[in-house]
Amino acid sequence: MHRTKVKVVEEALDANNTIARANRADFDRAGVKVVNFMSAPGAGKTTLLERVVATVPGVRVGVLEGDVQGSMDADRLASLHVPVTQLNTDPGFGGECHLDANMVRSALGALPLDEIDLLVIENVGNLVCPAEFRVGEDRRVMVASVTEGEDKPLKYPLMFRTCDLVLVNKIDLLPHLDYDLDRFLYNLDHVHPDVERILVSARTGDGIGAWRDWLSAVAAREEALA
Amino acid sequence: MHELSLSSAIVNTVVKHAEGRRVTVVSLRVGRLRQVVPDTLAFYFDFVARDTVCEGARLEQEIVEARLRCHPCGLEWPIEIPAFRCPTCGGGDVGVASGNEFEVESIEVEEAACIAQR
Repeated sequence: MHRTKVKVVEEALDANNTIARANRADFDRAGVKVVNFMSAPGAGKTTLLERVVATVPGVRVGVLEGDVQGSMDADRLASLHVPVTQLNTDPGFGGECHLDANMVRSALGALPLDEIDLLVIENVGNLVCPAEFRVGEDRRVMVASVTEGEDKPLKYPLMFRTCDLVLVNKIDLLPHLDYDLDRFLYNLDHVHPDVERILVSARTGDGIGAWRDWLSAVAAREEALA
Repeated sequence: MHELSLSSAIVNTVVKHAEGRRVTVVSLRVGRLRQVVPDTLAFYFDFVARDTVCEGARLEQEIVEARLRCHPCGLEWPIEIPAFRCPTCGGGDVGVASGNEFEVESIEVEEAACIAQR
């Protein structure tokens, strides 16, 4: 039996990255900036979006809502009268735990790109797989809530390293927790030195203004980002 | 759990290069920073490879150590834990010199004439 060795040397995620670049080109043509919004389940992504999507000054925000199943989050956001598109990763049971470039591509036709300036893609709650798959975003934002513990940057370095902004959420709970915020920030600084971070409470509104300003700045950038 | 998604990416890449030939070995370079569990990846690879030219192929994984480089001072050093500040100058402008790899290095295939033997 004749066997041949074939040299390949190809990044296994190249196929995804190629599609992500095509998404980016389409978003750029439409003049839409894109934020990939990620966190563990229950960190507060949807609530943090509810607080800002309808009120970024001069910026029309749309949301692509990624979930394994259901449209609970999309329904919450749609009640704020912003365009929301639901993307379910579950073809039956056992759906993907993240969005990849191809899934976002499949949703492009359903997105009202000419009616928005900024698209926030709310990824599936997960700190592992979403970090691996670019979807065509300009910026990556993650939420790390204080109920998750101080050690998370050390446990999920890929996620913490690939994001451009960390929202530290639920800070209103700090008096009730043993959570050491300084310890978290120290760990974060070791994994991603000097990464932007905003301390927020979606519940009380603390830091929400800074979060809104950050989105506003991303949408205002003339040139294509990253 | 990301090993499942990564396995699919590997199989897709290999299928493209195999051009219909049966694959017996897939050689992979995996950077330490990818946080891949080799046994888990091998398990999922076997599963995802079913009904493709990769079915039954052996997955060889070369682990690439993580090394960082400080852009301002030029220091390059290996890391065992995720600490990305330069130990010499304390700077944060640090890049990954190696450890982010996730690439199919080569594959071993059976030539077309042998497919009939399966």
